[in-house]
Amino acid sequence: MSSGLRILNLRVNVIESGCDIVDEVNLEIPAGSVLGLVGESGSGKTTVGLAVLGHARRGVEIASGEIFFGETEVLSYDAEKKRLMRGALVSYVPQDPASSLNPALRIGTQLREVLEAHNFGDSTDARTTRIKEMMAEVALPTDDEYLERYPHQLSGGQQQRVVLAMAFACRPSVIVLDEPTTGLDVSTQEHVLRTVRELARVYGVAALYITHDLAVVSELVDEVAVMYAGRIIEQGAVKDIFENPVHPYTRHLVAAAPDIVGDHLIIGLAGRAPSPGKRPIGCVFAARCELASDECRSQFPISVEIGDRHSARCIKIGQLSSNVATPSRLRTNHNIGDVLVNIEGLSAGYLGNLVVRDVSIQIRRGQCSALVGESGSGKTTVARCLGGLHSEWTGKILFEGQEIAKSSSRRPIDQRLGIQYIFQNPYGSLNPRRTVGDSIVRPLEIMGESVSEIGKQLNMVLEQVSLPASYASKYPDQLSGGERQRVAIARALISKPELLICDEVTSALDVLVQASVVDLLSDLQKNLGLAILFITHNLPLVRSFADEVAVMSEGKVVEYGFTEAIIDNPQNKYTRRLISSTPSILRSIK
Amino acid sequence: MNKMIEAPESVRPIGLIRKALQLRRTKIGLTVLLVIMAFAIVGPFVAPHTQTEFIDMPNSLDIPGALFGTDYLGQDVWSRFLIGGRSILLLSLGATSLGLAVGISLGLIAALFKGRIDELIMRIFDVILSFPQILLALLLVSMFDASPWLTILSVGLSTTPRVGRVIRGAALSVVERDFVHAAAALGESRFRILFFEVLPNVTGPLLVEANLRFTYSIATIASLAFLGFAPDPTAANWGTMIQENSAVIVVQPWEQCCL
Amino acid sequence: MPIIKFISRRLGLGVLTLFAVSVLIFLVTQAFPSDPAQAILGRETTPESLDALRQELGLYRPAVVQFGDWFFGILRGDFGKSFVTQMQISEYIAARVGNSLFLMVVGALFSIPISIAVGAYSALKRDKKFDTISSTSSLVLAAIPEFVMGTALIMFLSTTVFHLLPAITLIDAGEPPWADLSGIVLPVLTLVLAVTPYVSRTMRASMIEILESDYVEMARLKGMSERVVLLRHGLPNALGPVFQVIALNLAYLAGGTVIVERLFNFPGIGSALADSVRARDLPVIQFLTLMIAGVYVLMNLIADVATVLATPRLRTSLK
Repeated sequence: MSSGLRILNLRVNVIESGCDIVDEVNLEIPAGSVLGLVGESGSGKTTVGLAVLGHARRGVEIASGEIFFGETEVLSYDAEKKRLMRGALVSYVPQDPASSLNPALRIGTQLREVLEAHNFGDSTDARTTRIKEMMAEVALPTDDEYLERYPHQLSGGQQQRVVLAMAFACRPSVIVLDEPTTGLDVSTQEHVLRTVRELARVYGVAALYITHDLAVVSELVDEVAVMYAGRIIEQGAVKDIFENPVHPYTRHLVAAAPDIVGDHLIIGLAGRAPSPGKRPIGCVFAARCELASDECRSQFPISVEIGDRHSARCIKIGQLSSNVATPSRLRTNHNIGDVLVNIEGLSAGYLGNLVVRDVSIQIRRGQCSALVGESGSGKTTVARCLGGLHSEWTGKILFEGQEIAKSSSRRPIDQRLGIQYIFQNPYGSLNPRRTVGDSIVRPLEIMGESVSEIGKQLNMVLEQVSLPASYASKYPDQLSGGERQRVAIARALISKPELLICDEVTSALDVLVQASVVDLLSDLQKNLGLAILFITHNLPLVRSFADEVAVMSEGKVVEYGFTEAIIDNPQNKYTRRLISSTPSILRSIK
Repeated sequence: MNKMIEAPESVRPIGLIRKALQLRRTKIGLTVLLVIMAFAIVGPFVAPHTQTEFIDMPNSLDIPGALFGTDYLGQDVWSRFLIGGRSILLLSLGATSLGLAVGISLGLIAALFKGRIDELIMRIFDVILSFPQILLALLLVSMFDASPWLTILSVGLSTTPRVGRVIRGAALSVVERDFVHAAAALGESRFRILFFEVLPNVTGPLLVEANLRFTYSIATIASLAFLGFAPDPTAANWGTMIQENSAVIVVQPWEQCCL
Repeated sequence: MPIIKFISRRLGLGVLTLFAVSVLIFLVTQAFPSDPAQAILGRETTPESLDALRQELGLYRPAVVQFGDWFFGILRGDFGKSFVTQMQISEYIAARVGNSLFLMVVGALFSIPISIAVGAYSALKRDKKFDTISSTSSLVLAAIPEFVMGTALIMFLSTTVFHLLPAITLIDAGEPPWADLSGIVLPVLTLVLAVTPYVSRTMRASMIEILESDYVEMARLKGMSERVVLLRHGLPNALGPVFQVIALNLAYLAGGTVIVERLFNFPGIGSALADSVRARDLPVIQFLTLMIAGVYVLMNLIADVATVLATPRLRTSLK
């Protein structure tokens, strides 16, 4: 049986234009080990993953390169041979199990057909035995009733485990996992990762693990390869990459990754990666790199060896200081004023089902409070009640000492302007048919301000969120996700609010962009004395940013207090489990 | 959730139209439609004879000056053809406009207000939708005479729920989006939200549906004429013409209204 | 069983809708400006005979009573009497219903498999020759009203170009519809050509959505052969939307028969309706309209139920 995976000089193009999506990709994964392919969205990592299966999406083709499973080269296979190797020699675990499992077929059928298609086992019974074996290995029930279920009758974590079972069923030598834990909550994620590690070890598979999450990578993999704009710019053993990253991009990534252990501020990086067709001749990162010189821009650097198996494509390696830039400790509390918002005994639900039970929180002026919990914990509902977007609740909410009405249309104008809400989805929060400027100034128009005043405020607010004034005439679809969130923040700021409710505002953004948005919010808070209620499921993110944290589970606040105290010394069992299941770079490289 | 949300496709109208025009079938359809509309609009001005003028023996083909001969009453086929498109076109335009205006409004209202108003509107739609378009028109025409206004009203009435359902479906997904919530949080009035936030974002399906409905209106009105219920039985009308002359071989089924 | 409950609830909704429809029909006919009695007896008549006839027809009773009479009469099987022929409507209709049904069923037998096959194959060979040809022709055909299509077919196959088939059907109201098989061909062909393009385009759209879905890609990545991908993974998910469209089009056939029957002189309820409208024969109009609307409602009901049954996710969440 062939073992190990080798990718040589892989290039994948857009068919119509011939532009490369990925190029010069060289990877080597010995049997039984896991390589993490890390990069932000658009870096081409999924493309590489699919190419390992000899597959390319519509409009895309594998242009050149070689892929070896052991000694056998597979890109030169004809279509039928390629089909036969998928599922048997090499398997794929996709990102979203809910949409990858056929909703019309029972999971037993979907498991069995992989075995049948590759003639695994001699008889139906042999195959049934194998199926049950696999289900046991992924810690799912093996009874017949369970196999008769449809995908929608399983939870997200269970679905993902079924997909894992399907992937390992025929005992492949190579496995590609594409962000398989995205969308799962932290404890489920931990289970799935553990299962992957076990199975890879037991079966001696070469595993390619694709992700954008550095913390997950640090806990799971043996080696890391970092991708940017379709190229691999650094690779090495996991310890080397995190303790001693050399490429400027990798260093920025590590500096921007939130960590639950440790106490550094996260730092972002402005700009975006060049998309296919817009990539420069020289180093793809030059446009955003503070060390870029003309030499960098004229030619893409070749790979430079730094240590054992550690290499990077940069000519400026020796010029950076040896440790990752970690600025000083997070700011100590300042300018915290009197109580701005008082939530007392809030209980809320949907059509009679309670999702928030008796929650009480206080937010002071100038303070950043975080509301942390997994999906279904009720944190978003609390935010929506406060923001006037949800009216099925009981209890009391006081803003500046006054009780507020449930629906925002019933609130007086100063309350409506004083509490501003920023949404998670950067693609949904702006009207695609309005220019950015029009969307931002709407509150002022309602208040009847003069045109000149509106113009002045617009420019001021754009400056506050570090967007050029020319953006006012652009449409949302011309902006990146991070830029749109800035616009959403600008729209909130123009009303001169006291409180910003940020509902998972960075959850849809890449790590570097996330860090810069958090940076922005932090600055705004300092300069404008804003209070922020920050809703998130990402506890590490909160660490560097919030003064107080309320941890929610199943509608209740289980722990509430200063961030440092809670994270360093959690009292509640749920909090403790949450913190220990959350992967951490610093913890894993020790 | 740190799912990377995928960006939805660009929805600006100029971009969409330009893209649609690139498809060959749109070009074909549009060309044919324009040709027919040209005939219908310009026709009456260039027809050599009036629609009821008797020019020669009925059902004859070789008549000097009349390319397509005479129909069963001795009228010039070519002239009647040129003139005949106009009434159908005008009636269809009227009916479609009426159906669109009412259907879009009701669909938007149902999507935004939801609850009981939505239920009520949908039930009314269901009742009207129980009738095939031509059946409703026939029913009304059988009671009152086939005046132009009645034709417009009945076809418009049956168009309304068909448009309304599609618009409601499209609007429902728009209404869930955060920028609508943001507008509501600001205290914008519901009607402002409907017409300035929601409506501009359903133009895609709207244009498609408008096109479709226009085609079906033409078909229904022409069919009505064919069955003998045109507003003016003696006037040239493509539907009537086909029906009248169906026993004769000189009929040209020219009526191809393509999408 | 939750499925039975769901079906009965949908059925109830359908019945209510039909009731509302019958009220609507009745109201419209009540608005008839002329006097039915006058219409029947003509001009040359005395006021006394008019009065007597009105009494007989029950026109002096309040509207609600008239409606109740009519409605419950239908439920009892008494469909009323035609003004024009003075026949019991049930007699008049009986054979014609069978004829129209025959036409529809035969039409459906051809159009449904053809449209599913064409639509699915077009989606599979997207943007290639088959797809472009079938899509363009669907577009063109879908836009042509039935009577134009029918006339063109007559011209082409019967009168002008070839002389293969008769232009009208020669069936008396009493004979079974298959008595004149060659006469059936053109009407059925017209109906099929009228309905198939629309259904196949919708099928194509649904199929494309399915073929681009994540689970189909996953099936391919698992190494399933194209046949398995299409038949086991693709088709079951396509059934739901297809049922909707099939039912809607069967319903549309019901409306389309009105024209086709008139064109080919086919003795069905469609031509009966056209005749009765011209003759202002109120009871017949009322009843036929109600019947066709009833078919529509029934078709929608079947479509909804079939969709739920075909979609496991909806099926298991029934309460």
